[in-house]
Amino acid sequence: MSKFKKNRGKSDPAISTASLPDIIFMLLFFFMVVTVLREDELLVRVRIPSATELTKIEDKSLVNNIHIGQPVAQNQAIYGTSPRIQLNDKIIENSSLGSEIAKFLAEKRSELTESERSRMTNALKVDEQATVGIVEDVKVELRKNNSYRLMYSTNLRTGKLE
Amino acid sequence: MAKSRTRDRMKNEINAGSMADIAFLLLIFFLVTTEIVDDKGLRVNLPPWSDEPPPELEFAKNNVYSILVNSNNQLLVDGELMEVARLRQGVVDFITNNGRNPAWSDNPQDAIVSIQNDRGTNYETYIEVYNEVRGAYNELWERAARDRFNVGYEPNAMTREQTDYLKKTFPINLSEAEPTAFGDEG
Repeated sequence: MSKFKKNRGKSDPAISTASLPDIIFMLLFFFMVVTVLREDELLVRVRIPSATELTKIEDKSLVNNIHIGQPVAQNQAIYGTSPRIQLNDKIIENSSLGSEIAKFLAEKRSELTESERSRMTNALKVDEQATVGIVEDVKVELRKNNSYRLMYSTNLRTGKLE
Repeated sequence: MAKSRTRDRMKNEINAGSMADIAFLLLIFFLVTTEIVDDKGLRVNLPPWSDEPPPELEFAKNNVYSILVNSNNQLLVDGELMEVARLRQGVVDFITNNGRNPAWSDNPQDAIVSIQNDRGTNYETYIEVYNEVRGAYNELWERAARDRFNVGYEPNAMTREQTDYLKKTFPINLSEAEPTAFGDEG
């Protein structure tokens, strides 16, 4: 009985905040390490659809992003309003799609080692309002350039289909 | 004399109380400016390209589950209009028919799911349809894995033999035809 009383009397009411900066710095470093800065600026509006049967890509350095969507407002004067394809940081002409894709893939392949090349994946980030036609054109070009690993980038859908 | 007084003052420690605030500010700045990009989605392997038209293959009509999507995002499944939400069950029923219903597949090995879209189909609908078909196969694989190995289907935790067994029991015979060009493209 007396034991409890003694303890309570001794304890200091103020919690030491001296280690708080260290904790916050740890959090800060954690976020700095796990986040990846987006390297290319989006010239097209892309709102990717949702799906449930998802796979995650292990190695991000092996992923090439291909964006398809309506050009953003400030680009519409030049590129119009129908969905366009963005490779790296520019919107490409639909007429030169074949050569542009070949150039794009050759450039990406040259950045990888021999063994990594076969695991290179193209991620299609396509706006949900785009149509299948333009996506199909890209897929055909990818096949012609022997790049068969493809991923339709989607979000995870949690609700049910309506 | 005055000098020594200054030195005395300098012996004081820097107040570290505001350190937490500074760190917090930095933390919040990074939280706001960074964007966690995680690459996830539906994986597909494209078939190699060939300039010749694909060979004409004859399949028994009942073994093919044809899904047609038009530019109004409507589904025609084996000749009947269908909602996307019912597609998954439809595919599962078709594959596991085993000859019970003469209009559907004879066995899972011969069952083929064929998808054809229009160039004007919305990408969202395209993904929904594709997702449902994949979901149906995943459901079957899950079921087979539970029956045979008493574990759920987990792509990374399966041994080679287990995956091979699943592939043999419910092979993914998914064919995607070149889209038709009837509708308007956006």
